[in-house]
Amino acid sequence: MEQYLSLLDQAIEEDKTRVSDGAGRVVLIQDCVETSGAFLLHHLMKRALSRESSETVIFVAFAQPFSHYDRILKKLGCNLITLSQNGRFIFFDMLKLDCPDEVGGGRTKSGLVDLFHKIHKATEVIASPETKKSCITIMIDDLSLVEVAAHGSSNYVLDFLHYCQTLTSEVGCTLILLNHEDIYSSSEQLTLNLEVEYLADIVIKAKPLATGLATDVHGQLTVLNKRSSNEHGKLKKRIHNFQFKVKENGVEYFYSGSRT
Amino acid sequence: MATAKSRASSFSRNLTSTGAVSYIPGIKHGPNGTTFLSSGIPDLDKILGGGFPLGSLVMIMEDAEAPHHLLLLRTFMSQGLVHEQPLLYASPSRDPRTFLGTLPSPLLSKEEKTLKNEQEQEKGLRIAWQYKKYFGENQPNLENSRDTRREYCSEFDLRKPMERHLFSAKFVECFSTLDSSNLPAFRDSCSRFLEKVPRTDGGVRCAGRIAIHSFCAPQCGYFNNEWDMVSFIGSLKNMVRSSNAVVVVTFPPSLISPSLSKRWQHMADTLLSVRAIPDEAKEMSKLLTGYQDMFGLLHVHKVAQINTQVPVILEASTFSLKLQRRRYLVLERLHQAPVDGSSGTSYNTSTSCSGSSKASPFDF
Repeated sequence: MEQYLSLLDQAIEEDKTRVSDGAGRVVLIQDCVETSGAFLLHHLMKRALSRESSETVIFVAFAQPFSHYDRILKKLGCNLITLSQNGRFIFFDMLKLDCPDEVGGGRTKSGLVDLFHKIHKATEVIASPETKKSCITIMIDDLSLVEVAAHGSSNYVLDFLHYCQTLTSEVGCTLILLNHEDIYSSSEQLTLNLEVEYLADIVIKAKPLATGLATDVHGQLTVLNKRSSNEHGKLKKRIHNFQFKVKENGVEYFYSGSRT
Repeated sequence: MATAKSRASSFSRNLTSTGAVSYIPGIKHGPNGTTFLSSGIPDLDKILGGGFPLGSLVMIMEDAEAPHHLLLLRTFMSQGLVHEQPLLYASPSRDPRTFLGTLPSPLLSKEEKTLKNEQEQEKGLRIAWQYKKYFGENQPNLENSRDTRREYCSEFDLRKPMERHLFSAKFVECFSTLDSSNLPAFRDSCSRFLEKVPRTDGGVRCAGRIAIHSFCAPQCGYFNNEWDMVSFIGSLKNMVRSSNAVVVVTFPPSLISPSLSKRWQHMADTLLSVRAIPDEAKEMSKLLTGYQDMFGLLHVHKVAQINTQVPVILEASTFSLKLQRRRYLVLERLHQAPVDGSSGTSYNTSTSCSGSSKASPFDF
């Protein structure tokens, strides 16, 4: 089936055929208060779920309840309820996850450790040979709230992410993270964001237009693909810049100035 | 804009089927299955596309030097009291209940006044008495529609305090955040309050309002525990999502670290900020018309996006706060003052304006 690829898909996909080691990627979405990047999560979720292949999405929600995603994805053309009944969509509601700050942080850790065990178990079930479902996408919405749930101990959050990252090479799944960049702009808070940026193979940044608000253009995206390769098979960094407009039933991506 | 769009999509809510529910005062159905509560300021409701959606967290960034956020808080609370909605008010003062005495009282709307006039006139019309029976059929209908329209959002007379019986009722709870390190207790009282207005499938029967005044004021005992405050707001947001209530929190961003402030701004569904206008700003008074009447600016940073991914792009995000007849609060878009014709540099002026718009927080 010929699938129409939007600019964003092109920027991400680019080298899909060349990467032969089968290891999954880490995609980081960064946004700011003025421009929410949640629509990118929905886009990637839709793309993973609407494929012909039996791809499974494990969604770890810290920000919004299930009904919110369900409504949005319904408009995009995915029924999350049916998909979760088919086992292609696994939703972890972590809204209530709150680890009270015990001395030594023992319980803080256990909250995230439990979560990782749940994710790990789910991936094992999916990747087991009898089910034959190889493609798994893990999505976390959003990272800053994981930090809040851990009461600010960013080391535990990083540990958690490193464990999740091992899954990308172990089971070959894709890890998609949403984070708010502007929280980490002050110098003492930099660690988490920098580490995550380092982990990521693809960084997508959503920003408002520099010229102000507009109804036709909702903002601009910068996609940094660290694993992109040119025709000679050499790795090189590639940066794509384009603008977007969010609609109920999808997102329009276009180069700046290309819309009349 | 958002409403029009969602109507166009095939997933819009069938409004006629739920028409019966919408007669509950103070509640209005919006797009994407949301339900709105009024903010108490008609103009703000219009700007936000209907009001504050139920289950949302509204954060208002205070001006460190002016109490303009109290206006928004007061009208929000008064509107709830007018609709007899349960209210939880928390503030960092010794006796939060005294604040209730400063709430503005609802104003008789124009329609109501004209209705009174009409009735008086009707009494005077003795000749046409036999036509009265024809009026009689229309009257109840008219009244009904007027009621629902008026009751969603009333106008408040900022000079007249609210009548005592309205806020001394038992559905008003007060909480002082002054006692040291009582965030768990505060959270418990919030969750107890929210349990009273649970979200059910059978439509909205009752809606609650929580107003938290100066959440991170330094006199609160928990001020130094940033992460406690962040996780409190986070859990409050999650609690309110599963209930029929709106939480309004005001906080002074200048007193907390920028990253904490950003975190809260991300957590907020609707984000507003208020700012006072300095008295001697000659440049501004040249730039904007009606500058003398303004006493503050309201900035809309974020409009709630519940159940949708489409951002609401407003025509303008900065509005001036004005008092009409020294009584009602109105919000108006900023208008650029006409350029003095004699100078003959209108083109230059306008370019300098748009050039400086990035530096200055106003947009025209």
